[in-house]
Amino acid sequence: MNLTLYVWKQKSKDQPGELVQYDARNVSPDMSFLEMLDVVNEGLIRENNEPIAFDHDCREGICGTCSQVINGIPHGPQERTTVCQLHMRNFKDGDTIYIEPWRAKAFPVIKDLIVDRSAFESIIQSGGYVSVHTGGVPDANAIPIPKEDADISMDAAECIGCGACVAACPNGSAMLFTAAKITNLAMLPQGKVEAKKRVCMMTEEMLNQGFGNCSNHYECQAACPKGIKVSFIAKLNREFTKAVNIFSEPGE
Amino acid sequence: MQSFINSSVGRKMLVAVTGQFMILFIFVHVLGNSTVFFGGLNAYAAKLHSLPLLVWITRIIMSTVITVHVFFSIQLTLENWKSNPGSYAVSKYQRSTFASRNMIWTGALIGTFLLFHLLHFTFQVINPSFAASANMDALGRPDVTFMVISSFQHFISSIIYIAAMIALALHLFHGIQSSFQTLGINNERSMPFITKSGSVASVILFLGYIAIPVIILLGLLKGQ
Amino acid sequence: MILDGKSPSGPLAEKWDRRRQELKLVNPANKRKYKIIVVGTGLAGASAAATLGELGYNIEAFCYQDSPRRGHSIAAQGGINAAKNYPNDGDSIYRLFYDTIKSGDFRSREANVYRLAQVSNNIIDQCVAQGVPFARDYAGYLDNRSFGGAQVSRTFYARGQTGQQLLLGAYSALSRQIRAGTVKLYPRSEMLDIVIVNNEAKGIIVRDLVTGRIESFAGDAVCLCTGGFANVFYLSTNAMGSNVTAAYRAYKKGAYFANPCYTQIHPTCIPVSGDHQSKLTLMSESLRNDGRVWVPLKKGDTRAVKDIPENERDYYLERKYPSFGNLAPRDISSRSAKEVCDEGRGIGASGRGVYLDFADSIQRLGEDTIRERYGNLFEMYERITGENAYRQPMRIYPAPHYTMGGLWVDYNLQSNIPGLFVLGEANFSDHGANRLGASALMQGLADGYFIIPYTIADYLARTEPGNITTEHEEFGHSREKIASLTDKLLSIKGDKTVTRFHYELGRIMWDYVGMSRSEKGLNTALEKIPALRAEFWKNVRVTGQGHELNQELEKAGRVADFLEFGELMARDALERNESCGGHFREEYQSLDGEATRDDQNFSHVAAWEYKGADNAPEMHKEPLEFENVELAVRSYK
Ligand SMILES: Cc1cc2nc3c(=O)[nH]c(=O)nc-3n(C[C@H](O)[C@H](O)[C@H](O)COP(=O)(O)OP(=O)(O)OC[C@H]3O[C@@H](n4cnc5c(N)ncnc54)[C@H](O)[C@@H]3O)c2cc1C
Ligand code: HEM
Ligand code: HEM
Ligand code: SF4
Ligand code: F3S
Ligand code: FES
Repeated sequence: MNLTLYVWKQKSKDQPGELVQYDARNVSPDMSFLEMLDVVNEGLIRENNEPIAFDHDCREGICGTCSQVINGIPHGPQERTTVCQLHMRNFKDGDTIYIEPWRAKAFPVIKDLIVDRSAFESIIQSGGYVSVHTGGVPDANAIPIPKEDADISMDAAECIGCGACVAACPNGSAMLFTAAKITNLAMLPQGKVEAKKRVCMMTEEMLNQGFGNCSNHYECQAACPKGIKVSFIAKLNREFTKAVNIFSEPGE
Repeated sequence: MQSFINSSVGRKMLVAVTGQFMILFIFVHVLGNSTVFFGGLNAYAAKLHSLPLLVWITRIIMSTVITVHVFFSIQLTLENWKSNPGSYAVSKYQRSTFASRNMIWTGALIGTFLLFHLLHFTFQVINPSFAASANMDALGRPDVTFMVISSFQHFISSIIYIAAMIALALHLFHGIQSSFQTLGINNERSMPFITKSGSVASVILFLGYIAIPVIILLGLLKGQ
Repeated sequence: MILDGKSPSGPLAEKWDRRRQELKLVNPANKRKYKIIVVGTGLAGASAAATLGELGYNIEAFCYQDSPRRGHSIAAQGGINAAKNYPNDGDSIYRLFYDTIKSGDFRSREANVYRLAQVSNNIIDQCVAQGVPFARDYAGYLDNRSFGGAQVSRTFYARGQTGQQLLLGAYSALSRQIRAGTVKLYPRSEMLDIVIVNNEAKGIIVRDLVTGRIESFAGDAVCLCTGGFANVFYLSTNAMGSNVTAAYRAYKKGAYFANPCYTQIHPTCIPVSGDHQSKLTLMSESLRNDGRVWVPLKKGDTRAVKDIPENERDYYLERKYPSFGNLAPRDISSRSAKEVCDEGRGIGASGRGVYLDFADSIQRLGEDTIRERYGNLFEMYERITGENAYRQPMRIYPAPHYTMGGLWVDYNLQSNIPGLFVLGEANFSDHGANRLGASALMQGLADGYFIIPYTIADYLARTEPGNITTEHEEFGHSREKIASLTDKLLSIKGDKTVTRFHYELGRIMWDYVGMSRSEKGLNTALEKIPALRAEFWKNVRVTGQGHELNQELEKAGRVADFLEFGELMARDALERNESCGGHFREEYQSLDGEATRDDQNFSHVAAWEYKGADNAPEMHKEPLEFENVELAVRSYK
């Protein structure tokens, strides 16, 4: 099949960008979306043009590096699928496809479709860990954890930190990502010790990094390639309530 | 408390709590207003005004609640605008709604309406000739029923109210379920139920409120 | 030269303790004066950087991704082994040790493997304490599964995303240290050279992938944790950016490269669908627990699956290995698949594929049970192929997956260059000629959390902190060399793309240095690779500039190294006149086609020393001595 692409091109952070038209010819339905772009790029290089820069690494839907908004939807039209796992059989001959980078103030564009997501790392660094030293920890089976809790923790831990939730959110909020990290640890006894501090620090850092606030648009869940649920945002909110409860004694 | 008011989640919770207070108010208000259909509005109003303490406490609470709600919701919205640096060439929404994306505008309409409404029925300066304070009923009570019915017999007044009620309904369509999510008083199982109830409640409130101008406008309730 | 692995003496079980007693310590107050460079932040690198940071050293960590948590370890699906024996099914440290040695076809260092089995238990404890949500049973205790090549259940897992969860755990520990200021992180940075001063590793040269600037970093020791090199085959299950560059450039500066020919080809990957294919996707090995592998009995049988009657199907693994059946180890399963396809019985358009059939299991257990066990894998399969594996068998084919070879290190994980330590998949140390499933994650974390923190101190305690700075002339030389390499790549302006060269190299490697190798084939490779390399340096086209984000340039540098490294692999494979583990030489097989080892002549590690661009590398041997296990013929019949 043949497709018309409009791809965001931007030389660097400080230069303005624009949509540029490209043709993708002889696209096989078995190609992944990124392989389609590879083929377009090979053609561009052969004609001595600059290829389209885009982020990717594992191409298995797990590293969370790939990041493209396809026809207005982060990671494209197929549900629960990263761009690298999106295959061209989801498109038809003659389709026009708009490809843009994540857009959010906290994720400045570095080049073309590549954005700087280090703001996410800052959120983690502000408290997304259990403060445990290597060694000197109890036996792994010393504290049983109810299966349901472990499962919920794992549901949340599946987040690949891709940033699609931010890209989809009309407020550029990182609430789904942050909520996933908070829930992952809050469900486990190991994470409970620092839970109060963690939720305050991480939500504060989210704001400092220039992400917006959540106003429950739920676009994030729809875009999330791992199906992270907005119910984790409610969980974050509960954790916050516990943390700032002025009536509770320490230790409660 | 400091951190609460600076925090993203904390401020959002204040908006939600104040929102829920206001919902409570407008539920009570619509019930009170409905007494007009049974000719009991004047008695209801008189009863209320005979309890000045209750009225003033409510007024103080409500003014605070509205101020907090408006202040933080505007602040949050401005921040959100700043975080979103422009839109996509093609934009496609999957889960958000017209209502959720326009809270600030429906809110602004409600705010404007509220000013109008207070001038209209509380300070009674919009149609001074209908003012309840100027017209007593047979029992010597301020004739609120007369004021309301006369006002809504004017097409323009009714339309203003109906339009405002559309804004209110949209605001609540998103707002009710949203406030539960914000306060974290939901879970995956209750969420669909809360969402549905929120929509139903906003429709009921909408119908309850517009019933008054609509019925009056249609000439089904004429007063004396 | 005969190399010494410096294993401690004494009884196997006491070696590590004994070594820890011998190792020197660095005084706590002095630790922050030492700067350690950690290249790579996958499991090995992140765990090392976090732990060393915790101890108080001053760490600088580098990775080419935009975040440490995207390191390739994230892709590991199946699980991580440990000798906890929670299911009480007869596991022990010794058994894990033995299984690992045996699986490696007796080509690994006893003492290392035993230590790995010993610390495996600490790893699980550590990860749980960090908040890794391992699978649990209804009583709330940790759950285990069994994995190819083992008869006990010792694999801990977190759904199909074990690597992800372990890496997120290590990354969270790292993040804590970044916040504490002990670790400084340099993401989107690619190490392009190592700086050796007076025969000791004292720094690295890095290209900032965003600005393109070539920068120097000095340190008192360098840890390379840069992962494996399976991408030399072009198509592999590794991430697109996985490379040999860091290890290879250290090799060119004098570090020995050990056993480069040991590569693991994973049996269950989705077959190639066309020329556009950029990478291969692994389907977890656990599928072999319930899927049956078969091909049509007849050659060139193109009938649809439902039209092939039961008696015209060849369940070749069950036929050849009745006791292990579909769970035969990776190398054996992979090679068997290749054999049947070579016979012309492969399935699919390319004839390079075999069926993995769940029909029997679905009938026996019901579709729901299968969905519960493998739902996400079936989904992934459908996303990629558009086929529903509940209705028709999966198509699978082997793909390059893991590389046991790597930079040579001694028992302390130090290479032959003092101050250069190598961890994780980048070193050669623990897996011999074939890695046991679920042991790579274990090794990466063992190296990073529990071994390097002890052994590096021994080196540091003997060095003066901060005595070499980036002002040293060696840094200048290195920088110039890298800058001129970049200029050269950009100036060729030929007419073939980098990817094309990589693709062609991959074909050569797969055809001649792949699943089975022969003298003739290897010699062909040794002719073809230099020719392709020569063409590369004449005819490659790299667009763009050096001082900007330039993904073509990044690729070009990596492919340039693969083009040299491929030759080293072929040479090593040619020298090893035996079949062992992942290295199968057609000349050395028994009558029924099984690999035949030659313990007499090849019970050694082959460590290669670079001797300049125009000379053949020199091989050094480290003899392997087995004091505790008997060298058995590895049989899974
Ligand atoms: C698909 C797949 C599934 C697997 N499943 C399992 C499993 O179930 N169980 C198991 O035990 N093992 C499994 N493995 C193997 C295991 O995942 C790896 O061997 C292991 O994670 C390697 O870890 P590492 O830390 O050594 O290297 P990696 O995780 O590969 O990390 C390499 C790091 O080095 C950095 N780097 C590389 N080159 C440079 C450079 N030039 N400059 C700067 N930085 C650089 C990268 O940025 C990265 O941070 C699997 C492997 C694959 C491919
Ligand atoms: C007076 C003018 C008003 C303005 C300007 C206003 C504005 C807003 C805005 C912008 C929001 C979204 C805030 C966010 O999610 O970031 C909001 C939420 C809300 N508003 Fe209002 N509003 C007004 C009046 C009202 C009234 C009268 C009610 C109830 C009767 C109400 C109920 C709610 C509720 C329930 C929410 C949801 C809170 C949440 O999402 O957690 N608002 N308002
Ligand atoms: C058709 C719709 C409505 C009618 C007929 C109506 C009627 C009235 C009347 C008659 C009063 C004066 C009561 C008195 O002073 O004795 C009043 C007051 C008020 N109404 Fe409404 N109202 C309507 C809708 C609303 C809505 C939607 C809101 C809020 C969003 C609202 C908020 C108020 C407030 C805040 C007061 C002032 C209460 C006080 O004096 O303390 N009204 N309304
Ligand atoms: S929550 Fe979903 S969309 Fe957001 S970063 Fe995580 S995986 Fe990506
Ligand atoms: S879309 Fe945005 S507003 Fe909240 S629910 Fe999701 S973060
Ligand atoms: S490239 Fe790793 S998730 Fe897409």
